[in-house]
Amino acid sequence: MSKSKLALASALALPLTLIAPLGARADPPGDPTAVTDDNGKWRDKNGDPTYKISTDGTVDWYTYSGFRRYHSECHVCHGPDGEGSSYAPALADKLKTIAYAEFYGIVVSGKKDVGAANEKVMPAFAENKNVMCYLDDIYIYLRARSQDAIPRGRPPQHADKPAAFDEAETKCMGE
Amino acid sequence: MRKLLLASCFGVSALFTAGYATANDELIKMSSDARQYVMPTGNYANTRYSELKQINVDNVHKIAPAWTFSTGVLRGHEGAPLVIGDVMYVHAPFPNTVFALDLNNDGKILWKYEPEQDSNVIGVMCCDTVNRGLAYGDGKIFLHQADTMLLALDAKTGKVVWSVKDGDPSKAQTGTNAPMVIKDKVLTGVSGGEYGVRAWMSAYDIKTGKLVWRGYSMGPDSEMLIDPEKTTSLGKPVGKDSSISTWQGDQWKIGGGTTWGWYSYDPDLNLVYYGTGNPSTWNPKQRPGDNKWSMTIFARDVDTGMAKWVYQMTPHDEWDYDGVNEMILTDQKIDGQDRKLLTHFDRNGFGYTLDRVTGDLIVANKFDPKVNWATGINMDKASPDYGKPIRVKAMSTEANGEDNNSKGICPAALGSKDEQPAAYSPQTELFYVPTNHVCMDYEPFKVSYTAGQAYVGATLSMYPPAGESNMGNFIAWDGKTGKIVWTDPEQFSVWSGALATAGGVVFYGTLEGYMKAVDAKTGKELYKFKTPSGIIGNVMTYEHGGRQYVAVLSGVGGWAGIGLAAGLMQPENAAAWHNAVTGQKNLPEQSKIVDTAGLGAVGGYAALSNYTALGGTLTVFALPSD
Repeated sequence: MSKSKLALASALALPLTLIAPLGARADPPGDPTAVTDDNGKWRDKNGDPTYKISTDGTVDWYTYSGFRRYHSECHVCHGPDGEGSSYAPALADKLKTIAYAEFYGIVVSGKKDVGAANEKVMPAFAENKNVMCYLDDIYIYLRARSQDAIPRGRPPQHADKPAAFDEAETKCMGE
Repeated sequence: MRKLLLASCFGVSALFTAGYATANDELIKMSSDARQYVMPTGNYANTRYSELKQINVDNVHKIAPAWTFSTGVLRGHEGAPLVIGDVMYVHAPFPNTVFALDLNNDGKILWKYEPEQDSNVIGVMCCDTVNRGLAYGDGKIFLHQADTMLLALDAKTGKVVWSVKDGDPSKAQTGTNAPMVIKDKVLTGVSGGEYGVRAWMSAYDIKTGKLVWRGYSMGPDSEMLIDPEKTTSLGKPVGKDSSISTWQGDQWKIGGGTTWGWYSYDPDLNLVYYGTGNPSTWNPKQRPGDNKWSMTIFARDVDTGMAKWVYQMTPHDEWDYDGVNEMILTDQKIDGQDRKLLTHFDRNGFGYTLDRVTGDLIVANKFDPKVNWATGINMDKASPDYGKPIRVKAMSTEANGEDNNSKGICPAALGSKDEQPAAYSPQTELFYVPTNHVCMDYEPFKVSYTAGQAYVGATLSMYPPAGESNMGNFIAWDGKTGKIVWTDPEQFSVWSGALATAGGVVFYGTLEGYMKAVDAKTGKELYKFKTPSGIIGNVMTYEHGGRQYVAVLSGVGGWAGIGLAAGLMQPENAAAWHNAVTGQKNLPEQSKIVDTAGLGAVGGYAALSNYTALGGTLTVFALPSD
């Protein structure tokens, strides 16, 4: 597992130091205001991925992409629109207190809360390209949901797909 | 090689048939005793009809909880307990605890069995950690664990007699279905349709746990146990390579077709009936072809596993309309002729009545009028498309293509009905069907396959049909004509299996947690009681000490717990988006989704979590003892 995890992480060009130790309580994600435009992907003042919603309701491409990927890969446990299910937490709430690095670590390594009657197990997604190639997208979407920057449901308007997205997607998915 | 092996297995079991026949005789006899509840489906015909009538239309309003029992597990509780003699056997979701309760002693725990399982399996179960129940036969209780271990427990002591591993959870092959004892075998299927599992049906020797046969849902004829000449579909031989010729390349190897529903059996025909689930992935563009034999009703010989007939309901699925729902076997007259029938309420919204001897199609009609992905099923025997759905192009996620959002498709992927089994009463000749009344938007996109990881490839949102606010109905259906006789609307999907009784009463549970009794003739509500949690279990009945009891497991969860716990799209969400784009003179095409989402939510409806919380509890009802 660790071998391909490393391979995938480096393919994504993300430093492993980002991965927070499990169980560590990270700082809240901080001010989500978009400061820099990284080829269509917005970043906050700390350089973490964030959303950008125009006054006319148009969302940036990554928020939209995250909406789609979340509802393919995550919603079967975490519920529609990050609202939670009978057995997995509402990420629209959780991301109020989980910063990017911790989010990243949990998705890569998984998370277990067992022993109680309500056993919770999240698998490690390090080897799942459908998740890993779109991790920032999913984070950006959920960050927007956690800040009530967007309501539930499908964003009706979104910015065009940036060329950089296509490139990164092709490289990561290996097609 | 495999064939030889199988053949020698058959030889061995044939030798012992005389000695083994007892398990089956015993069960057939026991299942005709209405005081017991000896199999997860009530009886082999899956009618879920009981001859008990102490509780009837006139007095059911007086019933009250007689006793309750907590399973100690919080997640979704599907299925129903068994009653064998004076003992009730109760199961639970992961960790799949089994309790034997003494009915002579206020439900005192005679024994408890809790398997040791790697909890990693929880993370690869698509839709909660449900388990649909236990089977009994030959003095043993059979448990199909989440990690696909099939266990035989001594019914008296709870000690493990034998165990066998049916699948590989590291490839996301998991166990949720109840096993079924038929003759000298224990049958079990497998779950994992959202993970690219290539599914099968296994039959194990009841004494030893040795695999007797295994028939795959797709692949080469030899592995599917299909005879190209003798296995028929709608009266015609299926021909050579009927499955692999309908897949691109090796895609059948991750083809899905899971088998986690309920199994029925006709002792006279020696056939077992069950359905197969969706082809993997949910993105239809990625798997060209009919994808046989996913979405199919199978009739297999119990002794050999050979398929006698197959019928694919939804070729090349585009909506996740699994065909796993139960097959209910009835003997009824059609046009004055005695017919051996099989009735099936499919996820795709059509109620099918077939001749269970030949697999011929007799009736296929919508059991929810809102079904709109197809206008009907082609019933013209002369047509090359005989038996196939007549699709509506606007609702085709294949035609609309990848990265396009197909809107307003009814039913949603949940189906017009999921695994929650229907009941049939020979008194009224009606089927009682718990249904979902939910539509969806569906956007397929490309995904890559990783063993043991979700393989979905579509984004969905769900909401009630346009102009309606109820997300479920409980209906009575005439299987001979394919018509709805009465409808009881429910606020949420009805995700609980029904029970019909000779007392003229039909019972079912609701997601808010109500256990309800209605008049079998009219659907009139006669009784309701709010149990501790939402009900996704099946209602059962038994008699003990001269008193009739009706029991149901509550414990909200399952797929219903995902989609409905948080509530579906609500009007204020659509309104919020609408406000966000106000001022735009020319709204782009895609903003029409706001209207679609808003349409269904007229009356508004609140989240299920506002009505109920988790908790596995058995509630047992009876008439007051004066």
